[in-house]
Amino acid sequence: MLTYIIRRILYAIPIVIGVNLLTAILFFYVNTPDDMARKILGEKNVTPAAIENWKADHGYNLPTFLNTKEESIGKVTQTIFFQKSVPLFWFDFGRSDRNNIDIGNEIKTRMWASLAISVPMFILGIYVDLFIAMMLAYYRGTYLDLWGLIIGVVMMSVSTLFYIIGGQFIFGKVLKLFPISGYDTGLHSIKFLILPVIIGVISSAGAGIRFYRTVFLEEMNKDYIRTARAKGLSEGKVLFKHALKNSMIPILTNVVVSIPFLFYGSLIMETFFAIPGLGNFTIEAIQAQDFAIVRSMVYLGSILYIIGLILTDISYTLVDPRVRFE
Amino acid sequence: MSAPIIEVKDLKTYFQTPKGIAKSVDGVSFSIPRGGTFALVGESGCGKSVTALSLIQLVPEPAGYIAGGEILLNGKDIISLTESEKRNIRGNKISMIFQEPMTSLNPVFTIGDQIMETIRLHQGKTKKEAQEIAIDMFRKVGLPNPEAMINEYPHRLSGGMRQRIMIAIALACKPDLLIADEPTTALDVTIQDQILKLINELKASMGTAVLLITHNLALVYQNAETVGVMYAGKIAEMASTKDLFRNPMHPYTVKLLRSIPGGKKRGKALDTIIGTVPPATSYPLGCHFAGRCPREMEGCATIEPPLAERAPGHLVACHLHDPEFMNKPYSKPIRQEPDKLSPLATPFKDREIILEVKNLKTYYPIRKGLLKRVVGNVAAVDGIDLSIRQGSTLALVGESGCGKTTAGKSIIQLIRPTEGEILFRNNDLARLGDRELKKYRSLIQIIFQDPYSSLNPRLMVKDTIEEGLKTLKPDMGKEARMKRIASTLERVGLVPEMMYRYPHEFSGGQRQRIGIARALAVDPEFIVCDEAVSALDVSVQAQILNLLKSIQRDFGLSFLFITHDLSVVEYIADEVAVMYAGKIVERNRTEEIFSNPQHDYTKKLLSAIPRIDESLVNAWKLPGHH
Repeated sequence: MLTYIIRRILYAIPIVIGVNLLTAILFFYVNTPDDMARKILGEKNVTPAAIENWKADHGYNLPTFLNTKEESIGKVTQTIFFQKSVPLFWFDFGRSDRNNIDIGNEIKTRMWASLAISVPMFILGIYVDLFIAMMLAYYRGTYLDLWGLIIGVVMMSVSTLFYIIGGQFIFGKVLKLFPISGYDTGLHSIKFLILPVIIGVISSAGAGIRFYRTVFLEEMNKDYIRTARAKGLSEGKVLFKHALKNSMIPILTNVVVSIPFLFYGSLIMETFFAIPGLGNFTIEAIQAQDFAIVRSMVYLGSILYIIGLILTDISYTLVDPRVRFE
Repeated sequence: MSAPIIEVKDLKTYFQTPKGIAKSVDGVSFSIPRGGTFALVGESGCGKSVTALSLIQLVPEPAGYIAGGEILLNGKDIISLTESEKRNIRGNKISMIFQEPMTSLNPVFTIGDQIMETIRLHQGKTKKEAQEIAIDMFRKVGLPNPEAMINEYPHRLSGGMRQRIMIAIALACKPDLLIADEPTTALDVTIQDQILKLINELKASMGTAVLLITHNLALVYQNAETVGVMYAGKIAEMASTKDLFRNPMHPYTVKLLRSIPGGKKRGKALDTIIGTVPPATSYPLGCHFAGRCPREMEGCATIEPPLAERAPGHLVACHLHDPEFMNKPYSKPIRQEPDKLSPLATPFKDREIILEVKNLKTYYPIRKGLLKRVVGNVAAVDGIDLSIRQGSTLALVGESGCGKTTAGKSIIQLIRPTEGEILFRNNDLARLGDRELKKYRSLIQIIFQDPYSSLNPRLMVKDTIEEGLKTLKPDMGKEARMKRIASTLERVGLVPEMMYRYPHEFSGGQRQRIGIARALAVDPEFIVCDEAVSALDVSVQAQILNLLKSIQRDFGLSFLFITHDLSVVEYIADEVAVMYAGKIVERNRTEEIFSNPQHDYTKKLLSAIPRIDESLVNAWKLPGHH
């Protein structure tokens, strides 16, 4: 099992290198530093000198991948790629293009706001979705199941924006139960978090319930479930003990991979509820065309995804003995 | 005879389907005494398994329901019990083992947990006591090292081991009745023998009654005291095993028995049953077998025959034994089926050797460790020699995992062998490149085991067959191809118009005919039949065997018949090669192998096959008056 996990981690190394390289090509080759400068300085009336100036100030005045003017090792180190992308390997994100702020520091502080909304949303979401899905699976074929499904499809089809704006209107404006948006530090943040968390859970419930229900029903048709019933187990025990543990295998694939993304926050929720998390940070950077921040966030997202996949592989070993004994 | 443990009276189990009510079990009665074995036999779709599920009260709801009748366990009806009372019976008083040991155990729990769950549920034991009982049960079913086994997971064990565990779980609470639904169908013949012996031993020592459900008549002959032959939801004939096999009285029973292949029937066509089992939603008014019966009389299709005692202890539901009916005229002329297959003119010894395999080895690499380096090889096929003569059949037999399928695939170059020569008409196929090999692909074909999954469900029959023709016979024009497809379908007993249908519209037997047509269409000289009849019911199997024999004779084809079913081998093969652990341990003419086996493994294999006394074969005559 240990070799299995080590192998997974080793597989990740070339992927991380590839991701870094690909991000660099995307940001320095497809969208050259000249383009960045022009966009930041304003498309009109930009003189070539101003562009060169801006590039020199922000460290973009070097060749992209290979500096032929330099000697030996300098050929590689004195490049944009080496100066800007290689430090990403040790999570040195550098400074932003526009305000010259420390990106790494910003991520560290804003991360907590993102977690404050995404963690409760994630945990509550899983509990609600799993509970309802198991209930529908238990009452499969009845009207409860049918209507659960129909409502699930309807909920899936409605845009998240509708839930956000509708929720803000009803709970914030009409009932005045929660503030419409905003954020505070410490325990005071709770009253700002309840509404986005509830809306987040509701907006993702349709898809989650439907997926889990399908997984459960698939397990319910397996031969070992028939064996469990033939042993005289109650339907509840068959579902909650035998089917649930087997269903965890496909469910984990879906769930564990998204755990690292909790740090990343949610672009839409944070923007609408004015929560100063990483999602908000990214949106602001995109609007301000701050490529250093966007590049950092793209890279971070990829790394989190890779971590998520490794965690998924490891979590398999916890529920599936067939993987554990490989 | 002691009082019956279980008594089933006029049981009716129906299913609500979009096509109407399916009467899967339509009035079945039987009883089993303590320590007795009652076997239900019949083809698939006759309602055997639904009967079993009804007994353990696990008919899939809400579509299925028990529409009538009684199931008395020790004299008490169990149909009317509450759900929680029924749960008390399941796994406790009535247990069941299933056909698929590979999937019947929960993969994420240890086998110890799975057996202890039953013991604790029904006997209220502590964890420690339950563990002791579990270890004791594992010992009883012959698991090696039972103390350590407790912590094993199912995927680490073979099919035979898993079926032993299923038996241990089923018998852990000392049930009154054990239902064994095709308990050995998925297992090798030597394992089958062990499992049945085990069931018989435990039955004797624990006094459990056994309901054995199977399609294998030879198994019934050796393991049951009483037999019920089930057809289309009803019991057609019921008698003691001795009486039934000595004097089968229902035409369906007779036909079934006569369709079993075996050594005595070599050179003759097997008896077959025309048509298929009627769907459970639309049975005929009268006798359910009427449409397929070779002795149907006027009135059979409209008046239902009662299951009546026509000889001492011998119940038959057939008008042919009814004094009031028996002289009515037959409703269709008696068909004289061709009994003989004219053999090939050339004697076996003078036939040309078409394919010769010399020292064939196929290895699979074993990868291990952090970097998955190749640390060794599995010798799936470890140096075998074979030769096949034109117009003849060589059977390659052995148990699962012995390498016979790999050998077959290596011979036709679906897998490239590691070493050795495969001389087809003196050309070494193993040395040929892909392009040169293509010339031989049409001459060498394969028919697969599973007629359900080996045809592409999205392709019409025409497309499936045409695909092969296009690749292997590129010179053939569109019109010629269509003509060829039509004629081939006709040759395998299908109607040319069927080429525009999709695989799901056909029965299992018809699909296997399509598989044969696909192989036959490209003018092969040599066909590998990989378990080609193993998944079929015995009456359908007989039709396919007859078809294979007749195309062999008509086209001078050579077959490599890969199978584990020795009664098929005895019937169809000219020569037999017995394979064990990648090697051929014995090779000889079929008669020699069966009458005088040399190798210990061959002897073991032969002694494990359940057999029906061959002297009974002559007694299997259709009833009737003319």
